[in-house]
Amino acid sequence: MPIETDVAIIGAGPIGLFAVFELGLLDLKAHLVDILDRPGGQCTELYPEKPIYDIPGLPICTGQELTDRLMEQVKPFKPEFHLGETASALERLGDGRWKLSTDAGTEIVARVLVIAAGGGTFVPKRPPIAGIEAYEGRSVFYAVRKMESFRGKNILIAGGGDSALDWTINLAPIAAKLTLVHHRDGFRASQHSVNQMRELAAHGKINFEIASVKALYGENDRLHGVTLSSPSKGEWQHACDTFIPFFGLTIKLGPIANFGLNLTENLIAVDTEKFESNTPGIFAIGDINTYPGKLKLILSGFHEAALMAQAAFHICRPNEKLRFQYTTSSSSLQKKLGVAG
Amino acid sequence: MKIIATDRKGEVHQIEGREGWSVMEMLRDAGLPVAAECGGACACATCHVYVTGGWFEKLPSRSDAEVDMLDMALAVEPNSRLSCQLVCTPELDGITVTVAPE
Repeated sequence: MPIETDVAIIGAGPIGLFAVFELGLLDLKAHLVDILDRPGGQCTELYPEKPIYDIPGLPICTGQELTDRLMEQVKPFKPEFHLGETASALERLGDGRWKLSTDAGTEIVARVLVIAAGGGTFVPKRPPIAGIEAYEGRSVFYAVRKMESFRGKNILIAGGGDSALDWTINLAPIAAKLTLVHHRDGFRASQHSVNQMRELAAHGKINFEIASVKALYGENDRLHGVTLSSPSKGEWQHACDTFIPFFGLTIKLGPIANFGLNLTENLIAVDTEKFESNTPGIFAIGDINTYPGKLKLILSGFHEAALMAQAAFHICRPNEKLRFQYTTSSSSLQKKLGVAG
Repeated sequence: MKIIATDRKGEVHQIEGREGWSVMEMLRDAGLPVAAECGGACACATCHVYVTGGWFEKLPSRSDAEVDMLDMALAVEPNSRLSCQLVCTPELDGITVTVAPE
């Protein structure tokens, strides 16, 4: 059964979260979908500990702090999150509402769709090795979903972060052979994991090579091995049937590109009165939109969320009058926020 | 100062560098395909360049944060740098960089 709500929001970054607040003040209920497994978007994924200095009234706060504060601010409105899911398809229903589907099978039916997806979807970085696409899904993987499917394999893991090390440690006992390849003898990972990996290598349970993967060879989608290269040892071939590169995430527009919206260089063109796209009922706010004078600032996204919410109200409640109120003086808004005296 | 930048198609661009700004900002403003997703916070490795022509040795060395972040870059070479961490100074007039593959 699809979920029915007022507004479906793609993206649980700062702007998607603040949209929940502005919609909530107008009694509009929202569901959020985000590919990441926690709210905050780029703030928590890219710079959780980096200070932000241009949030009005908050002279300094980190990406994580801003997210935590927004989560606290939207709490009274009980938003529902669908995390770790990609908004994959959009359909217009006969009654004019939108049905948003995710890759996890969630279906959300809403009057209004708000796209607050920042730069788009976080996807694993694909190493620029010629022909790698042909092996994907059969011999090359960017994540480990079912550990069991890697049993008995001759695995090559590339990367020096926590994912690369964690999966090296976890897959070592079930792999026929496992090699970790990284371009330097240093890691961007917890010391505990690094120690564990070195222990496994010292006992011959895994191999660790300081090198880079230059080429892949095999037959159709079956990998037979890779060419490794290092400044000191030159190039050599390394046999393996499974290659798992872990180089973190990058941002691509993703399935939103197929929603039939007016795109300008991967951004959604909107008006500056409602921040609505060329399709009525679909709004775009934050870094994903474009209009004359657009500034990619969090504070601009907040403003866009407020104006979008006013327009969304008229679509969701066509027969009701919207009265503009301030949170400082309106007892009804204060009741919604749970702060009424 | 000038930055001589080669893009992914092999085209060479001569870019005017503003003192005190990062090389990433200059590349991006000149329309080169540098994603710089984190906006210059040394947090995403999408402004990766190769520093060529003997300029690598003339640069201030990488900070620990940059060394760590380069682990998330693709096709890292000994002359890899994150361009958001390179500050335009008169000493770097004529620096040559090549945008790394994505």
